[in-house]
Amino acid sequence: MSLSSRHLLGLYGVPREDIQLILDTATTFREVLERPIKKVPTLQGKTIVNLFYENSTRTRISFELAQKRLSADTINFSTSSSSTKKGETFKDTVRNIEAMKVDMIVVRHQSAGVPQYLTKISKANIINAGDGLHEHPTQGLLDMYSIREKLGRLEGLKVCIVGDVSHSRVALSNIFGLKSMGAKVSVCGPATMIPTGIESLGVKVYHSINEAIEKHDVLNVLRIQLERNAGVKIPSLREYHQYFGITTERIEKYNKDILILHPGPINRGVELSSEVADGPYQVILDQVTNGVAIRMAVLYLLGTMHN
Amino acid sequence: MKIVLKQINLLNPEQKLNQRCDLLIEDGVIRKIDDLKPEDLKSSKVYEFENKYCVPGLLDMHVHLREPGREDEETVVTGCNGAAAGGFTAVASMPNTNPDTDSAEIVRFIKEKAKDHLVDVFPVAAASLGRKGEALAPMYELYEAGAVGFSDDGVAIKSSLVLRHAMEYAKMFSAPIIEHCEDESLADGAMNESITSTILGLPAIPNVAEDLIVMRDIMLAEFTGAKVHIAHVSSKNAVELVRQAKKKGINITAEVTPHHFTLTDEMVKTFDTNYKMNPPLRTRADIDAMIEGLKDGTIDCIASDHAPHSIEEKEMEFIYAPNGIIGLETTLGIALSDLVHKKHLTIEQLVEKLSINPRKVLNIPQVVIKEGEVANLTIFDPQQIWTVDIAKFKSKSKNSPFDKRLLTGKSIAVINKRKMYFEDKFFDI
Repeated sequence: MSLSSRHLLGLYGVPREDIQLILDTATTFREVLERPIKKVPTLQGKTIVNLFYENSTRTRISFELAQKRLSADTINFSTSSSSTKKGETFKDTVRNIEAMKVDMIVVRHQSAGVPQYLTKISKANIINAGDGLHEHPTQGLLDMYSIREKLGRLEGLKVCIVGDVSHSRVALSNIFGLKSMGAKVSVCGPATMIPTGIESLGVKVYHSINEAIEKHDVLNVLRIQLERNAGVKIPSLREYHQYFGITTERIEKYNKDILILHPGPINRGVELSSEVADGPYQVILDQVTNGVAIRMAVLYLLGTMHN
Repeated sequence: MKIVLKQINLLNPEQKLNQRCDLLIEDGVIRKIDDLKPEDLKSSKVYEFENKYCVPGLLDMHVHLREPGREDEETVVTGCNGAAAGGFTAVASMPNTNPDTDSAEIVRFIKEKAKDHLVDVFPVAAASLGRKGEALAPMYELYEAGAVGFSDDGVAIKSSLVLRHAMEYAKMFSAPIIEHCEDESLADGAMNESITSTILGLPAIPNVAEDLIVMRDIMLAEFTGAKVHIAHVSSKNAVELVRQAKKKGINITAEVTPHHFTLTDEMVKTFDTNYKMNPPLRTRADIDAMIEGLKDGTIDCIASDHAPHSIEEKEMEFIYAPNGIIGLETTLGIALSDLVHKKHLTIEQLVEKLSINPRKVLNIPQVVIKEGEVANLTIFDPQQIWTVDIAKFKSKSKNSPFDKRLLTGKSIAVINKRKMYFEDKFFDI
């Protein structure tokens, strides 16, 4: 079994079998993570560059750990300045790195489309670790893995993505991936945070958080990203919490069987009350652990393909 | 020197001219329009242009020549070479040069650079100093130096007060205010806002950013009675606003680019930065509205918005790449392929959009095809099938999304100022 593409650029248009294969492979690696010696020799001799043009802590650490546990050689390149400011073009940077003979590139960038662009200027396998507001496929995969782990399936489940959907690559990867796996996907948030035409993707839109809690099996709650200028779309964080925050009272009143996901980092008291963030309905730290397993699976499947 | 264009279709809707015959040009002046006798042919250089069309020289009224400032991307001369290759004998150059075309010196500098070229260059000057929308540029002086219109090019004139004053001032000498219609507070994006921008996660510009400024400009045009020209209209509602304004008798005109009547925003899915421009590529419904507007006369002109950019500037992460594509060498072919051959426009209507109406908007005297008149002519073959090849462009830049596109209809030659361009060469006649 192998994937149908040698890159992971996004979950848009990725066939169900590929997602299935990644999730199943991750199950194996998830077991590895429970062993006292958490390392396998699978990618020994492979060189991977983590090319991070945007600040990241958890995604970069997660990828790096996944790479180390697969015994790959990893190099980190992090810069917050864009190539335009730096003087060297993005293309030249990539070609220089590639000239040092690397096998895979994990890329995060402020601009949508950079992973696609990389496939045109590099021969390495490309993995998207988040491009602009476009996609964050490994996050989508680890969310699906976490749902499947807890509820046993994805097919037919009702999943609602809550919050600033229009500023979220996590939302898009979840929508594309979950739909491909047969889940029913909706979004819930203030009207200013719902992107244009999302309904035409077969996604239902809610503006009532109570209704969203009541009618779904899973809520994937997004972080209100003040660093992405989310502030202009809502009057205040206080008002957001008042009308869209997930609280224990709401869960207990509308749906005690709900499963809460959050990609982190959490704004406590904004999208989730602290009680919910630490409470029995959420799997937030499991998501983080599963993230390493998912990234190991993706790296393994792409890294061992015959190019 | 005498040249003869044999058995050519002479066409000029403005003169109600539609005739097939020979055309004799001597020292750049039309001498005979008739079926010529053998003795006339003997002493002349004869061009067998049967089935080709000969029309008043085409004028592209929206071109960025980049000189002064970005001579690495285009110069007045290379831009004019591209114009000639694309079938144009004149261009209007936009004022976002560096320094801005907001002083008589720059207008004269551009005209001086173009002086010996076959292609006429008519500068459009900045309406406000530095195109900042704060204080009026020296419009009268610019006009006297040769500016044919005024625009803050690249942005709408920011302040409605400055726009009002620019309109009132330009009205004194009947020059148009040419507006890039976009509400900046709504337009912080890299593509059109639609389901495609949602899927691609790119920051987006909604149609309404254009519609709002078109509406403002129409109302101020009505209020001041000035002449306003809407550059590169791209949104469906904007076309409808112009249509209604024309019905009310408001002095407003509009142009559309070839990319806005052929390409949709779905092309951005490739993340190819040659699909990044402003206004952005819109949707099928907008394209249909452009074509409808061209058909019923709401849209007066076709202009390329020729915007040269260097390879290293365009080969960039999508959100950082500059806006714009070049178009001088593809406009005629695309217009013939997508408008004439698809029966949206007649060849006569196309000549109006590419030659007659731009001159009307800019108050440039019409070209007349008559014995005794200076020959200012475009010769094209509406049936020639060819493939766009950016490597063959005369323009210094190559940023075109139309590379490798198959087109039906091509410019064959242009004649102006006692010069001719034919088979890749300029020569005196």
